[in-house]
Amino acid sequence: MILWIIAALVGMGALAWGFRFAGQAATGNAPKFRDMPYGVAYGYVLGAVVLLWLIWAYMQGRSSDPAIANKFFFLRIAIEGFIIFAIAAWLFRLLGCAVGTAWSRKMFRSMPLTASFGILTILIYAILAIFAPAFAPYGQEQIIPGVAANIVPGGDVALGGNPEFPLGTDQIGRDIMSRLIYGAQNTVGIAFATTLLAFLLGGTFGFLAATLGGWLDQILSRLVDVLMAIPSLIFALLLMTIASVWAPQLGIPLTVFMVVIIAVIDSTRVFRLARAVGQNIVVMDYIEAAKLRGEGLGYLVFKEILPNATAPLLAEFGLRFCFVFLTIAALSFLGVGIQPPLADWGTMVRDLGGFVNYAQFAPLAATAPLLAAGAIALLTVAVNFVVDWMLHKSSGLKE
Amino acid sequence: MGNVLTIILQRLALGALTLLIVSIVIFVAVNLLPGDFAQNILGQGATPEAVASIRKDLGLDQPPVTRYFDWLGGVLRGDLGSSFAQANFASFTGTDSGAKTVADQIAPRFANTMFLAMVTAIIAVPLSITLGVLAALYRNSVFDRAANITTLSSISSPEFFLAYILILFLAVLNPILPSLSNIYDGMAFSERLQKSLLPALTLTLVVTAHMMRMTRAAIINLLASPYIEMARLKGLSPMRVIVKHALPNALAPIINVIALNLAYLITGVVVVEVVFVYPGIGQLFVDSVKIRDIPVVQACCLIFAAAYILLNLTADIMSILSNPRLRHPK
Repeated sequence: MILWIIAALVGMGALAWGFRFAGQAATGNAPKFRDMPYGVAYGYVLGAVVLLWLIWAYMQGRSSDPAIANKFFFLRIAIEGFIIFAIAAWLFRLLGCAVGTAWSRKMFRSMPLTASFGILTILIYAILAIFAPAFAPYGQEQIIPGVAANIVPGGDVALGGNPEFPLGTDQIGRDIMSRLIYGAQNTVGIAFATTLLAFLLGGTFGFLAATLGGWLDQILSRLVDVLMAIPSLIFALLLMTIASVWAPQLGIPLTVFMVVIIAVIDSTRVFRLARAVGQNIVVMDYIEAAKLRGEGLGYLVFKEILPNATAPLLAEFGLRFCFVFLTIAALSFLGVGIQPPLADWGTMVRDLGGFVNYAQFAPLAATAPLLAAGAIALLTVAVNFVVDWMLHKSSGLKE
Repeated sequence: MGNVLTIILQRLALGALTLLIVSIVIFVAVNLLPGDFAQNILGQGATPEAVASIRKDLGLDQPPVTRYFDWLGGVLRGDLGSSFAQANFASFTGTDSGAKTVADQIAPRFANTMFLAMVTAIIAVPLSITLGVLAALYRNSVFDRAANITTLSSISSPEFFLAYILILFLAVLNPILPSLSNIYDGMAFSERLQKSLLPALTLTLVVTAHMMRMTRAAIINLLASPYIEMARLKGLSPMRVIVKHALPNALAPIINVIALNLAYLITGVVVVEVVFVYPGIGQLFVDSVKIRDIPVVQACCLIFAAAYILLNLTADIMSILSNPRLRHPK
């Protein structure tokens, strides 16, 4: 296996040399080929080989022999998904260029494909999350009797599927597709609420520390230093242990505790940023003028500092949302996050994860856990793409 | 040189202080638990004598401040207490059942986790620096963009998604590596390596992106400097300009970000260990969280925090050592 890889790499090295030489000969030593470093030539060959391999694997995935097709099934789906997403993002950008105000049209024209993919994905998630009950064929807690643990998706009766449940049912007979759709509402909604709370806490205290300074600033900053010295997932797990004992005694759902705990832990990062941004604004002349006018603290924070700190805070909101979302997913995956019967993607991955091991014989069996995990990944990737583009645009980094 | 030593000592003292405060935070957090272990284990119908006896056995009858200093003193001596789940209640039954202390439970698992982190670092650090240098060399090319998109996707996916994808392709569809990492003592090194390769690869995917992007950014930052211009005008090849002239000066931020990412590994390791059933400290931590075995949770938390603080401290000291301006503060 390793020998084959080494042989392939060496073979491609020879091919790269030949490619450059052929290019030089064919174009009469044009500058493009004459000045081409060996690394670039190798890169072209490597890219071509990878592309060819992907095409070959895709053809294998469409093979009529199920043994071979099964092996390349997921690669085939991934390639098809990639192409469909790329086309959708491209169409979405075209649409954005054509309709809307002059400002939004200009924005779409300068947008890279990754960012338009991100915005499209976030929109789809938002619609799914808000109108989940309208899309889901069954309730998230509804246990349908007599159909338990039929995880064959596709509804093909010949393969053992049930056409009434397009993605199958889970171990106690709940419709997986409904739970996936409700998962958008629960997981994304809870993560969004947590991030909002974290920003409310961190932003308020950060701006207060920056405006007032003095002992308040010192106390808050040292407190945040201590909280940040503990890895956040570890601290969250520790506090969740304690909350899981308190929750039944106080009669408050554990999920509420989780929202508060994660919001407090994450607000430390927001505090740092808000304080740093706020301190840069507080020394401006217009703040001095407002102070001399006799404006109160509330006016200073909300009317003077906040509008000038929106851009960095907005980018941070996207990144924070990703972190919170991933933390909640990780906690749920470990079994201490969002609690059943609420449908949630992290919990679904944990419950159905074992089916990945049957992929060799029935590739469809592995789709349910991968869909849930992929739903998490897709949203965070989309948000990151958008934030990356926003940061790139605002920093003016062109190089 | 004396100056540097004082700075390092200062930082170490600061780190120790932080750790002390963190230990207080952990202790206070744990003591927020309602009721106590003695009541929980004996249930509703326990006689007051029995509860008092177990409390005495576990030292729960002392006031919190005394208990904190007992715990802290024990930790400093390497004695992390005895696990509640495996407590033997010697005074109760009269016989010693040979239960394990927390330290006994943690030690082998800690070694396993360190092994996993080391394998990951050995793969991830050279890989990310090579990729970063290549991305800086061929910046704004197709390669740069592909690497950018791939790393951004891998850093923003949850660890368990990457883990299941790797299991699917490398363990189930093409059985190259085992999907379960059942490591035990006395295993041959090669076998151990093979079994921990899949979790290590998952962690590599998680941390490579950040290191690679930092390497690229640090090098590109330097490319506008006059001495790089000079090197270019001398007629050096782009590769040589970057590797011999730009990289050494960009090392400070790169080392910094490597240390920070190794610190991040500590958090990432929890989920990955659970997916692969790797017998490390993260798995023990999650299991103890589920059964509310407080001494183990406390000890694991402290170890994670200590490692995190130590690595952050290393990053701090490294950046001071490599930057003369920080070495001589005004």
